[in-house]
Amino acid sequence: MEQLELPSIDYAALLPMLILFGAACVGVILEIVVPRKVRNGIQLGLSLLAVVAALVAVVVERGTRTITIGGAVAVDGPTLFLQGSILVLGGVSLLLIGERTVEKGGAFVSQAAITVGSKKDMEQASGQPGSTEVYPLTTFALGGMLLFVAANDLLTMFVALEVFSLPLYLLCALARRRRLLSQEAALKYFLLGSYASAFFLFGVAFIYGFAGGIQLDKVHAAVANPTQSQVLLYAGFGLLAIGLLFKAALAPFHVWTPDVYQGAPTPVTAFMAACTKVAAFGALLRVLYVAFEGVRWDFQPVLGTIAVLTMFVGAVLAVTQTDLKRLLAYSSIANAGYLMVGVLALNDEGLSSTMFYLVAYGFSVLAAFAILSLVRDADGEATHLSRWAGIGRKSPLLAATFTFVLLAFAGIPLTSGFTSKFAVFGAAVEGGQTWLVIFGVITSMLLAFPYLRVVVLMWLSEPGESTPAVSIPGFLTSAVLGIGVLVTLGLGVAPSPLIDLTRQAADFVR
Amino acid sequence: MEQTVEFAPATGVLSLIWLLVAIPLASAAVLLLLGRRADKWGHWLGVLSVAASFVLGLVFFANLAGLESGSRSAELSLWEFIAVGKLQVDFGLLFDPLSGVFVLLITGVGSLIHLYAVGYMEHDPGRRRFFGYFNLFVAAMLLLVLGNNYVMLYFGWEGVGLASYLLISFWYTRPSAATAGKKAFLMNRVGDAGLAIGIFIMFATLGTTDYGAVFNGLSGLSATTVLVLGLLLLIGACGKSGQFPLQAWLPDAMEGPTPVSALIHAATMVTAGVYLIARSNPVYTANETLQLVTVAVGAITLLMGCIIGAAKDDIKRVLAWSTVSQIGYMFLGVGLGGGAYALAIIHLLAHGFFKANMFLGAGSVMHGMHDQVDIRRFGALSKHMKITWLTFATGWLAIIGIPPLSGYFSKEPIIAAAFEREVAWEAWVFGLAALLGAGLTAFYMTRLFVLTFHGPARWTEDNQHPHESPLIMTIPLILLAIGSVAAGWLMSTSVADWLTPVFGAEQAEPHGVLSHTMITILSLVVTVIGAGLAWSLFRRGTALEPQPAGVVVTAARRNLYTDAFNEAVFERPGIYLTRALVFLDNKGVDGVVNGIAAAVGGGSGRLRRLQTGFVRSYALSMLTGAMLVVGAFIAIQLGWLV
Repeated sequence: MEQLELPSIDYAALLPMLILFGAACVGVILEIVVPRKVRNGIQLGLSLLAVVAALVAVVVERGTRTITIGGAVAVDGPTLFLQGSILVLGGVSLLLIGERTVEKGGAFVSQAAITVGSKKDMEQASGQPGSTEVYPLTTFALGGMLLFVAANDLLTMFVALEVFSLPLYLLCALARRRRLLSQEAALKYFLLGSYASAFFLFGVAFIYGFAGGIQLDKVHAAVANPTQSQVLLYAGFGLLAIGLLFKAALAPFHVWTPDVYQGAPTPVTAFMAACTKVAAFGALLRVLYVAFEGVRWDFQPVLGTIAVLTMFVGAVLAVTQTDLKRLLAYSSIANAGYLMVGVLALNDEGLSSTMFYLVAYGFSVLAAFAILSLVRDADGEATHLSRWAGIGRKSPLLAATFTFVLLAFAGIPLTSGFTSKFAVFGAAVEGGQTWLVIFGVITSMLLAFPYLRVVVLMWLSEPGESTPAVSIPGFLTSAVLGIGVLVTLGLGVAPSPLIDLTRQAADFVR
Repeated sequence: MEQTVEFAPATGVLSLIWLLVAIPLASAAVLLLLGRRADKWGHWLGVLSVAASFVLGLVFFANLAGLESGSRSAELSLWEFIAVGKLQVDFGLLFDPLSGVFVLLITGVGSLIHLYAVGYMEHDPGRRRFFGYFNLFVAAMLLLVLGNNYVMLYFGWEGVGLASYLLISFWYTRPSAATAGKKAFLMNRVGDAGLAIGIFIMFATLGTTDYGAVFNGLSGLSATTVLVLGLLLLIGACGKSGQFPLQAWLPDAMEGPTPVSALIHAATMVTAGVYLIARSNPVYTANETLQLVTVAVGAITLLMGCIIGAAKDDIKRVLAWSTVSQIGYMFLGVGLGGGAYALAIIHLLAHGFFKANMFLGAGSVMHGMHDQVDIRRFGALSKHMKITWLTFATGWLAIIGIPPLSGYFSKEPIIAAAFEREVAWEAWVFGLAALLGAGLTAFYMTRLFVLTFHGPARWTEDNQHPHESPLIMTIPLILLAIGSVAAGWLMSTSVADWLTPVFGAEQAEPHGVLSHTMITILSLVVTVIGAGLAWSLFRRGTALEPQPAGVVVTAARRNLYTDAFNEAVFERPGIYLTRALVFLDNKGVDGVVNGIAAAVGGGSGRLRRLQTGFVRSYALSMLTGAMLVVGAFIAIQLGWLV
């Protein structure tokens, strides 16, 4: 019998993921042993501590370039940068998830299993503290995302995909208000997510058939010197890409986004919009740049068409939205299109500018959803556009903050929205994809319209009877808002330090 | 001829040019952030900040004049803004003769209009906010003309667009104001997209956006690239300056408060397009087709503006169309190239004075007439509003080009330059268009002036007591009137010399199809005919309501059907596209499912009833997408595509 050789494991390189998974497991145990009253604080503290510790581990590991555990995980510049981004954005999202003062008991229901509308449901609606399982769930999801961007073989990538998706499906179902909508969103996300996973897995099977292995470097070698039918390669790559495009919300695989963004509790929506986007694009970058770079001429036009379609669908449909959460959902779809423009540059600039865009967009979108969580009436958040009319008169500071964030989304100069679009478009031009840039510029002009419509509505319309009160943000939400706005401004005025960092990091290990 | 463009680094006092932008910006921040606490004194802060910029501008201008003619420029890099690949963009400023005159125009005329607005907006509860946006506009406009690369210019470009959108919509209670704001926004976006794509083409081909490096790199580009680049910049310029075919927004933008119309839609922002082309003069000089297109745009617009202006009854709209038409002259000038660049800039400066003067005059008339704007319902105001009447008269005489007022010195040379084009048919076409425009201008401006200030009183509201505006409004009027009278001959030679480092020395003039004296006489003759005709037609007043009219006048009243054209070509398809997409997103995919289900028969129909949500339709759309993506890859592989 052949001697089984144990793979060497570089624990230091894996430490960030180990910390998060460990903390998540501890969190599950805490759920059992810690009394309910103090659980929230302890759980929040634990998950924040884990995120900070993981971040420290990432920083300590900077400069590492290694492939470990038998080729399953690659730790290199992009991995560490993206892991760092996910951790920072995740930490800020955790603050939003931990907010318990804006709404009594927080944005989450205390027991999701209770039938909606039953007597028990009425009882728990009246201010029972929200469930604290959200913290370990979020930590698990974060751990999965870290693994997703580091995965160096397709099966590890698949496992990571499921590890971060499953907690997200659950988190979507936990809204305190509008519980049916929330549960419907979760179910839709789950069904469609599983459907997309099936495509991904099927694609992995084809690729295995083509390359005789699932490590990205093996695929790369097989693409360069094919021994099997190319049909296997293209069918496999197409199916694989679909699984990733789904998570990144590119058209026509975007259909779940508006419903899920609208139904999920707002902190979870913010978490998905910021962190899932980083994870999905991180994996997409690695797959395209490391494994399939050799067939770039074949996939560039197809994925380019998808990018154009995505930008148009996002921009055009955003124009007619009347619900702010849906509007932001379509805006996030359009932004996925812009990110794809950067990805398709397929050069070092493309890699670094896409990573820059992910960070810049993440902070702006966190701030945007944090603001949405503050404007509420007796039934919870008032996200219908008409309810925001004239809100600038009642709460100028909130309206000014939201205006700033919307201007950033619109790509107005001196915000990170401008510099990040500029960076990805510049990279795409350098990569010879000028046609994508032309569509990008046109759609971003279109997309500015819905944003500015909201700005005008807030400042220039008469407040109606139904304009809701604005809650005073708690400490945690204020912190999220402050961080989001400051980063959006900072990256708009002086983006160079972060761009330099992304450029140093832009080097995949193969 | 190889000519390298170099800018000297900023030294001494000139290294403080960033203050020009920073002061109004800081003031805007204070006004908008302090809120009601600043209501009492906010407007004075607004006026002071622009005045301070003006004084600084004068100091810098004097310093620049003290430099040697060869190195008369100051380039200042504040910080590295963004670096992508080989491309590096600095947050940098450039103060040279061209941006110098713009700075003086913006801050000088701007200060006067700010002062006027203190009086004009006195009873408006939102005055502080208004001044906040106003200062923001000035800061953005200064950034536009002071940037040392196209990205900085784009910053200012977007900033003025945003500020003007906010200012047009300022009187939000009027639905027409909100619609006009939207229209301005959309048309400007078309132009902005052109400019943005143009900037990206600069990266793609030259790897830089700095003025100097772009101009020096042009010789390495193919003629087609230069043509495309120039056309894209021209689209941007047309959007911002209200030139054909993007002119429709400018007259509608008059819904905003009058000082806004004067500052943004007469003196400064709308001339940004002229600045862009003048700044990019090496691009335009490098390609004759580009020059021809620019000249054609200018000629079409100037005639269009005159014709429509002659049929309008709203005092501000007549002035707005006249602005469109006068900027047409400037485009004509910058398109002609060579010495005409300087002529266009001189006309721009002169226009800044006399048009701001007339807009503020119109505001003063409206102030005295309960916000009436219909010139059919004015008349005989010369007796009641002496200062407004006299100052307006200087603006009127200046715009129609009666010597020795400024329009004569600035417009007539452009007409002459049009007649000097080398190709004979072009010289005749564009020369005659410019000449005809001068006659029409005289006609409609005289109509406006006579109907407003002379003839019998046709006031329709009871208890109307026209009165002169307060001193704070008339002082700016008087100062601007002095400018309208004197600016022309003061500038005609000195500014042309001053701008030589930017546009190059004037080459020996080729002789045109007509002699210069001949053109001077002709243009004076058409002006006198146009003005005389209008005076004799309208001196006895006119009917209160528009009368039935022939084809030409009806067409002109309807903006030569350009709005109808825009609606049919751009608006409707846009609306349908949006609707169709929404429909597809909500219903279409379901419809396909239903259709398939029906075709397959009752069994699947029953199955369909078991499914409640819409997940199936989402899944179907994903499946379709998946089949398309995988199909496309396989098709590529088998050689069916690409």
